[in-house]
Amino acid sequence: MFWASYLLAALAIILAWPAPIALSRASWPARAPFTAMVLWQSIALAGGLSMIGAMLVWGLEPLGDNLVSASVGFLDILIDDESAETLGVVHVFAISAATLLFAHLISTLVLTFIRIRRQRRRHRDMLNLLSSPAADQPATLVINHPAPVAYCLPGGARSVTVMSDGLMDLLTRAELDAVLTHESAHLHQRHHLLLWAFAAWRSALPWLPTSRLAQRAVSELIEMLADDEALRHVDEPTLVRAIAIVGSGALPRAEDVLDDPLADDPGRDTSAGAAVTGGTAGTRSTAHRLSRLLTPLPPLSRFQQGLALSTAGLLLVVPPALLVAPELLG
Amino acid sequence: MATLGDLERTVMDLLWATPEAATANELRDAIAEAPSGEVGRELAVTTVLTVLSRLEKKGLVERERDSRPHRYRSVTSREDHTAELMHEVLVTAPDREAVLARFIGSVSEAEAQTLRKLLGGS
Repeated sequence: MFWASYLLAALAIILAWPAPIALSRASWPARAPFTAMVLWQSIALAGGLSMIGAMLVWGLEPLGDNLVSASVGFLDILIDDESAETLGVVHVFAISAATLLFAHLISTLVLTFIRIRRQRRRHRDMLNLLSSPAADQPATLVINHPAPVAYCLPGGARSVTVMSDGLMDLLTRAELDAVLTHESAHLHQRHHLLLWAFAAWRSALPWLPTSRLAQRAVSELIEMLADDEALRHVDEPTLVRAIAIVGSGALPRAEDVLDDPLADDPGRDTSAGAAVTGGTAGTRSTAHRLSRLLTPLPPLSRFQQGLALSTAGLLLVVPPALLVAPELLG
Repeated sequence: MATLGDLERTVMDLLWATPEAATANELRDAIAEAPSGEVGRELAVTTVLTVLSRLEKKGLVERERDSRPHRYRSVTSREDHTAELMHEVLVTAPDREAVLARFIGSVSEAEAQTLRKLLGGS
């Protein structure tokens, strides 16, 4: 089964390095955000699977001709105290590495989930005290704050969209609708699950280019998906104006910064200026979003989308196929 | 029926409204007198004390222990709490996932200028 482990290793390397770099540089995802999202998910899943699979298959190789008989042999060693002398140190090392990586990925996923849940619960607690329900919108809360802010807080049946009265002052009714449909699209399409999975993927393997690129791409793609959903309810100039007003209005005027009670505290970087202009990660994504709305490109052709989706499907089929292939061929 | 969350909210609203510290008894009376909200009814003092100790645990309320009965006050103002909460949302790097997907991410000064131009021109 050596050849299967080498093929899996090759796939793991391609999915960890060149493939995500190529996809993150491609321009077509803006024309088919959903397809691109599926492709990112399959790159991450297939990448993890082939990393683990390559080490496992290679490590089990001395114990059998295929994965099943080799696994049975390995269990015999563990449980029935069979002699382990067929296994070299390197093999034991590879098997342990595969097991550890698997445990690491799963536990990071769980720990990230717990951390996010705790942050959300705390945030929701404070919102309950500080906000009031919007007059004519279900599942929408209004909070008293001068900066124009809108975001959503996922939580199953208790999911809410939050907006500041600063935002309501700046936007017309139609523009506000654009913002609210955008946010509720995030909730309906369960974007928080994607963010969760890719955040865990990144904190599990931060040194891997794919995890960083994937996370950035995914957080950009969900904005595009939500924009597309908003465009089904409001026209494009309205959405663009809403983005532009919130984007430019979000810059603090001097008096806001002075009014911000936390701005005085030198220990914390909490001035509204830092809040809104800080960080460059979001910048590219906003520019991308706007140019996509202002100069719309035709969506990918059916054939191109089919091609991308089949690639995604193939990526998910190949690693398991390689795992069982020696058995079928043998 | 008012939930514990509603009660917490009512008590915080009262404490935020006055700079003075208040006893559980005073708070109960104030709640009973309040214009009939969902909570506007007679409560047992123990209920108020339960709510207060929950709020204390959350760091929203502090207790003056040198007086009997204990007097409670809010730790900071409503505005400070709001600013802190919004700070969490605004400053959050895009890779923090709890509060998800703000409508607009961080905007650079240059980009904001482009946006303003766009608005002026349209």
